[in-house]
Amino acid sequence: MTDEQHVDDEGNLGDVAPGFMDAADHSIREGIQGYLMGFVLAALLTVASFLMLHTNLIWSPGIAVALVVLAIAQIGVHLVFFLHLTTAPDNTNNVLALAFGILIVVLIIGGSIWIMNHLDERMMPMDQMTQTDR
Amino acid sequence: MSEVEALRHTRSPALDPYKLGHGAGGGRHDYATGHGEGGPASKRVIVGYGFWLFLLSDIVLFSCLFAAHAVLQTATAGGPTGPQLFDPRSVALETACLLTSSFTCGLSAVAAGARNRLWTEVFLFATGVFGLSFLLLEAHDFAGMVARGASPQTSAFWSSFFAVVGCHGCHVTAGLLWLGTMMAQVFFKGFRPSIMRRLVCFNLFWHMLDIIWVALFTIVYLIGEGR
Repeated sequence: MTDEQHVDDEGNLGDVAPGFMDAADHSIREGIQGYLMGFVLAALLTVASFLMLHTNLIWSPGIAVALVVLAIAQIGVHLVFFLHLTTAPDNTNNVLALAFGILIVVLIIGGSIWIMNHLDERMMPMDQMTQTDR
Repeated sequence: MSEVEALRHTRSPALDPYKLGHGAGGGRHDYATGHGEGGPASKRVIVGYGFWLFLLSDIVLFSCLFAAHAVLQTATAGGPTGPQLFDPRSVALETACLLTSSFTCGLSAVAAGARNRLWTEVFLFATGVFGLSFLLLEAHDFAGMVARGASPQTSAFWSSFFAVVGCHGCHVTAGLLWLGTMMAQVFFKGFRPSIMRRLVCFNLFWHMLDIIWVALFTIVYLIGEGR
């Protein structure tokens, strides 16, 4: 058995689930370093997001897009450093579940905004609608 | 033996249980748990994976609330709008609280991995303190908004606002109750395998709350502010 293999508390080897922090896998120092790095990166991205409100560096209609990009980056940081999600083959199940979750989330949020905006544009303005009622 | 053959033999089945890498294992026994001849996966993996699936379904629930809020952005019905009542400084403070609590929660996982009861309790307690500060700040924000004429009954915009932010707040409240339970269990029962599994689940839950909050302060507060 090589020291690279994942061995859990019960002495089994195989897949890992998200959030695993094993003393067998990581020294305390490595563990703290990982969380510290995640914390610093997440804090930087958060500060960048909040500074967006006051910046003139970005063309103002593009700020929403920049905010979404920063948020996605920060969620990625959280997934990697806090939830210990990796692209390693022993994480396949976890990543596939996440991919399915992202698909549903994108369909719900993107689909709702898309459809409702179109309905909004095609709807008669409120004042005209009340006139036709009479 | 060729170099490819040598590579195949050094590749451990545990690192590549689905044989996504090169080589089919070359007739070796697959002794990784959860597939092949390895027998069922350990309870720890199954519990963690099941909880991960629950968290993803929770994220889908939140995505519905986010979608509703995004659609109702302009539906203020003549009442106050979001940017009129949002306080970016308070939101920034709440964000700092929650992010720091996520960090201390991670440190508690490191301490639990090292089977250190004192530091596990210390970091869990710090997580609770930051989580509680977040909740109090949020409650203070809500009270201020209601006092200035923006209750859930005011307009569709405020209904969806209180639904999505309140739902996150409820999750944090539940998380705090769970946190207290875990602190008591670690104190009285120590690091039994069952307690370790619960700690992993609690860690996942708390980090997920922070992920939701990232989406929340971006969609609800920051993008809302820009409009």
